[in-house]
Amino acid sequence: MSDTLTTATAAPKTGRAVRHRGIHRTHWGATGILILGALYCVLPALWVFIASTKSPGELFTTFSFWPSFTGGLQGNVDGLLAFGDQAFLRWALNTLLYAGLGSVLTVIISASAGYALAKYRFTGRELLFRIILAGVLVPQVTLAIPQYLLLAKVGLTGTYWSVLLPSLISPFSIYLCRIYAMAAIPDELLEAGRIDGAGESRLFRSVALPLMLPGLITVLLLQFVAIWNNFLLPFIMLSDSDKYPLTVGLYALLNQGASQPALYTLVITGAMLSILPLIALFLLLQRYWRLDLLSGGLKG
Amino acid sequence: MSETKTDAAQELAPPRLRGGRRPRARHARSAPYWFMLPAMALFTGFLLVPIIYATWLSLRASRRTGGGILGQRIETFVGLENYSRALSHPELYASLGRMLVYGLLVVPAMLGLALLFALMLDLPRVRMRSATRIGIFLPYAVPGVIASLLWGFLYLPRVSPIRRTFDAVGLAPPDFFGPTSIFFSVANIAVWGGVGFNMIVMYTALRAIPTELYDAARIDGCNDWQVAWRIKIPLLQPALVMTGIFSMIATLQVFTEPQTLSPLTNVISSSWMPLQKIYTDAFVLNDIYSAAATSIALAGVSLILSLIVLTVMQRRAFGENK
Repeated sequence: MSDTLTTATAAPKTGRAVRHRGIHRTHWGATGILILGALYCVLPALWVFIASTKSPGELFTTFSFWPSFTGGLQGNVDGLLAFGDQAFLRWALNTLLYAGLGSVLTVIISASAGYALAKYRFTGRELLFRIILAGVLVPQVTLAIPQYLLLAKVGLTGTYWSVLLPSLISPFSIYLCRIYAMAAIPDELLEAGRIDGAGESRLFRSVALPLMLPGLITVLLLQFVAIWNNFLLPFIMLSDSDKYPLTVGLYALLNQGASQPALYTLVITGAMLSILPLIALFLLLQRYWRLDLLSGGLKG
Repeated sequence: MSETKTDAAQELAPPRLRGGRRPRARHARSAPYWFMLPAMALFTGFLLVPIIYATWLSLRASRRTGGGILGQRIETFVGLENYSRALSHPELYASLGRMLVYGLLVVPAMLGLALLFALMLDLPRVRMRSATRIGIFLPYAVPGVIASLLWGFLYLPRVSPIRRTFDAVGLAPPDFFGPTSIFFSVANIAVWGGVGFNMIVMYTALRAIPTELYDAARIDGCNDWQVAWRIKIPLLQPALVMTGIFSMIATLQVFTEPQTLSPLTNVISSSWMPLQKIYTDAFVLNDIYSAAATSIALAGVSLILSLIVLTVMQRRAFGENK
């Protein structure tokens, strides 16, 4: 099993041959399918932006796909920010802490482990790698309940740690870092560094990390989304709404609002405000995505 | 493993005392263990130990000793009783059945659409390539809870723009929260959220195929369809295995979407999916022992299932290479 997984190539693909340009006819069938797909994916997100411009009354009465300019947006944002003593802002900051700090720390931990697995021969290496691979295949979410039970035993549930610490270990990130380190760091460079008298930790910081950077950005984004997406972990660990991330906070708001439709617009505005920065981040970092890490991951 | 760790620890102390070239070499030998240390500590603390602790809990139960109101609750060892009780509960199989239906809807639809879009993106003479690619990828930036909130409102009778459109053209609006249609409604959220990511993974793999292969096929008279079917899809197999396994694992742990929709409808019970049942057992019914047993069983099943799929598919995909 690990044979094919380990002999992965993630080397950057160079110079794809020039595509057929002989015929200038547009491929309308394919273009049409792609446009339909894009509409399916974009329209619901667009709807949330439009719906957030509407006051509670308008939400149920006006045409769905036309924004309202009667100041509903301002009212909704004010209402949301004022809700529960600025709960929304706190949730946003908490999310930034869990997903932002969490993903940065995960990348550092995974990069160092992946680098060791890729670039050193040591006793127990194969065993450790196999254990980590098995960890990739165990769903993180099924671990949430065991993690809760353990943390409850040591009295850590309900703290920031209870969400942050379990998020830091990502076997998949270690696996990706190992693939990338194998492809991106030439052994000769490390040998040259050693001959020049650099210590191992210096080699890691000054030689390995810069070379791994493009792969690490991908791992960072994947992990950011994974933590931000993980609903069950904060949902079971936290009971104090002050420590909620946005996802759990909005869920709680919806749960409360199910009986009072006046809260719907707050939930919709909250959803809009929480996906806006993430969409912006993705569009900005688009060109740093190295998803060939994933697709090439299993190449024999 | 433990031997090598102590080896490494012993070698850490002396290097600076001895001169010459050896310290560096010795230092280099212990270095990988230091690099692995934080990851392995967290792996042990938040993966291995919780699994072991949950397994231990799953073999125990809280029992009343003595009689009447003076009796005390004491935790005792009960063997496999929790497992036999949890695994004989009809609601568990009902939720597993619902998960199977959900998985059979989501996995083929999501991967099929992702493959279709990736192949279309890879065709020559396609307009709006990058705009549509970004558009389809966009939902990946939307977390599951928010995607479910968003679709929940699109489904909700009083707000739904889809139902209004049906009303406007004089058709009977669909009921998204019916006992059968709820499967499609929940599956749709997962497909919407996942199709773009899988498409990008497949598209990236397609871009890595040397174009000379297509040129050769075209000279031999293949059309786009034949090139896709005979060359692209077979060469995509590793990416398809990868995305297939991840979608299956995601299916086994489906929780967010139904849980978020549940305030909006009463079709979704508190044990609609296996993970929801575990959650209800642990936090509503306060039976952590039974919840531990079910989560260990579920984690075990998913590990075995993904190992089997990985082995079988790799034998098929890579058999010729060996």
